[in-house]
Amino acid sequence: MDYEPLRLDTPPAVASCATCPAHHLGNLRRLGIDMTSWDYVVALAGNPNVGKSTVFNALTGLRQHTGNWPGKTVSRAEGGFVYAGKRYKLVDLPGTYSLLATSPDEEVARDFILFGRPDVTVIVVDATRLERNLNLVLQILEITRRVVICLNLMDEARRLGLEIDIRRLARDLGTPVVPTEARQRKGLDELVRTIAEVAEGRVLSRPPRLLHEPLALTRAVHLLVERLERLYPDLPNARWVALRLLDGDERMIQAVRTGELAELARLPETNTAMPLAAPAPASSA
Amino acid sequence: MTTDTLRSPLSITSPTTADAAETEELLALARRLRWEIGIDFHQALMEAIYAQAAHIADRAVTQPGAKPRFDLDRTIDRLVTSRRWGFPLMVLLFALIFWLTISGANYPSELLSNLLIGRIYPGLHALAGLVGLPWWLRGLLIDGMYLGTAWVVSVMLPPMAIFFPLFTLLEDFGYLPRVAFNLDAVFKRAGAHGKQVLSMMMGFGCNAAGVVATRIIDSPRERLIAMITNNFSLCNGRWPTQILIASLFLGSLVPAALAGLVSALAVVGVAILGVLLSLVVSWALSRTVLRGEVSTFSLELPPYRPPRLWQTLYTSVIDRTLIVLGRAVTFALPAGAAIWLVANIHVGDSSLAAWLIRLLDPIGWLLGLNGVILLAYIVAIPANEIVIPTVLMLTVLVTGMTDYGAGPGVMFELENTADLMQLFQAGGWTLLTAVNLMLFSLIHNPCSTTIATIYKESGSAKWTAVAALLPLGLGFVVTFLVAQIWRLLAG
Repeated sequence: MDYEPLRLDTPPAVASCATCPAHHLGNLRRLGIDMTSWDYVVALAGNPNVGKSTVFNALTGLRQHTGNWPGKTVSRAEGGFVYAGKRYKLVDLPGTYSLLATSPDEEVARDFILFGRPDVTVIVVDATRLERNLNLVLQILEITRRVVICLNLMDEARRLGLEIDIRRLARDLGTPVVPTEARQRKGLDELVRTIAEVAEGRVLSRPPRLLHEPLALTRAVHLLVERLERLYPDLPNARWVALRLLDGDERMIQAVRTGELAELARLPETNTAMPLAAPAPASSA
Repeated sequence: MTTDTLRSPLSITSPTTADAAETEELLALARRLRWEIGIDFHQALMEAIYAQAAHIADRAVTQPGAKPRFDLDRTIDRLVTSRRWGFPLMVLLFALIFWLTISGANYPSELLSNLLIGRIYPGLHALAGLVGLPWWLRGLLIDGMYLGTAWVVSVMLPPMAIFFPLFTLLEDFGYLPRVAFNLDAVFKRAGAHGKQVLSMMMGFGCNAAGVVATRIIDSPRERLIAMITNNFSLCNGRWPTQILIASLFLGSLVPAALAGLVSALAVVGVAILGVLLSLVVSWALSRTVLRGEVSTFSLELPPYRPPRLWQTLYTSVIDRTLIVLGRAVTFALPAGAAIWLVANIHVGDSSLAAWLIRLLDPIGWLLGLNGVILLAYIVAIPANEIVIPTVLMLTVLVTGMTDYGAGPGVMFELENTADLMQLFQAGGWTLLTAVNLMLFSLIHNPCSTTIATIYKESGSAKWTAVAALLPLGLGFVVTFLVAQIWRLLAG
């Protein structure tokens, strides 16, 4: 567990795939994202009413209406920004508490993170309700490792007298954590810098293993993962797919049947850049 | 986390094949394992995730030492969601917003209509005369399209520019989830989803937006109920009708000092009636064609946040006011032309409009309305905003009081309310007509944009038809009953 977000001075060889705008073009186009003039796609996820739209507006300079009630963003909003000469497309996903249920807005968020394979997923987290927010963070970390956690509403946390050990949090989650106060535009520079690092493949998360997983489940998942990896050697998130299949998720079963999953696996992606994700030290890459 | 093994980057480019037999085998394995691990697997996984989240959060967060501090949020919440004060405060707050809207909109409305209709309108006519446009083209463009649009802008823009920022401030502050909290139990008893309250609140701005907002409801059954009943939220296009008729007919029943207050309360009353109707219809639907379990959900009461004044003003003016106004103008242009045409195309000895009104008059009488109002509602299917201008124009046509306005089929603005009253009385209007117009404005088919949105969101022509026709039928029934009882009591 003693692990910090991995930083490499030189990007690994496979990272060049990530910078190639064609690497997931097909999927994104199917999701309605025009990729012609963007270098990276950044998804913005999070629980409802944690300030996602505020972060979105602050980064893009757009003024999408923000409101103080959960469920404000029911469809996807898109905008963009440029940083260090690269163009980033920002996609604001509907706020969800989980990715395991099946309401339409959760499906939008989940499908986008899984099938759209954004270069970076920023999870906006309410610092005053960390425990509840981390449920979603842990679920997203099962799907992708290109994650930045934006610990928002730090001002409210301070007002409530909460003290948050950000370094420890980042270490426990194996993921970069950036404290922000989006309403006051504080911490956004650092957020953008971190997004860029993840987009370029210089930082990847190494999520923690679930501590209290039932043994029977672990065994079932293991069996399925083995089979999945034989069928789709390049599937980036076999464990998550296995969990969904065990849950009888119709959408996932359909993705297996129609070959959508195979297609997904065939796309090169640095999420799975093995030298980074494997427990082995980075230098062995 | 994945249990990947180390692979050479080369394997990424090698093609993978998984034929149908293999995938079916995989799915069969998943089914078998699923059977083995039992149905509480989902629960167990969620518990594992929750435990992990709790563990990590616990390590990272230091709670402040025992703090018996004064908590403003909790104090406000205790008041606005209390059993005794919750509802009265809610009504009071909304009444205040409508009162500010009604009393604040008068003056800018007058300024705008003086400019658009008092000055620019004659100017356009003079210009058309100079250019030498034929009378019918001049009528169609200036008397039809321009005047229709000018009316809509001067009547709608000021109330919207006041109402939307106020409503957005309330929303930004965090009050709306409290409203949902207050109403949740009631809606649940009606067999609807508690989140329907939120889509209903959006509907008070625009029903099409409200229908889109029903996406936050997970269960298709409850979502359909929310879509069908959203129309009972008095939308922005109907506020001006309510406000004008209330201040003309109901405000005049009491001394001038109280007129504003009484009109505001009447409008709030109609809005509350809409909420009640939406409850009754939800109840009826969930016990007949849309039967099913009520799903539970957790509603988060967000902390109160000081609204950001300038940002709120900006977004509510740009996002809401101008977009809604733009839509109204888009529909007012062709509608203005259509009204001018039906008033100026003659069939036999009278205009098309006169024929239609005579045809609709008997039905109108049964409903406590008149042919003019019914025709106006047919013309106004694209947008509710143009009902009142159409009613005025057609009334002039019928009564032949052509000293108002500028001839048949011309939408216009009257100088003061006394003139308006005189005109309505000449058109045979009574208090019953006014009350029933307010009711019918609340209960009739949604506008074409909303119908299109319902179709897009539900994907079902059948339910779209229900959503369109059910309120219309209900409107006929309600106005009919009110008219009969009224006449019975009035002798």
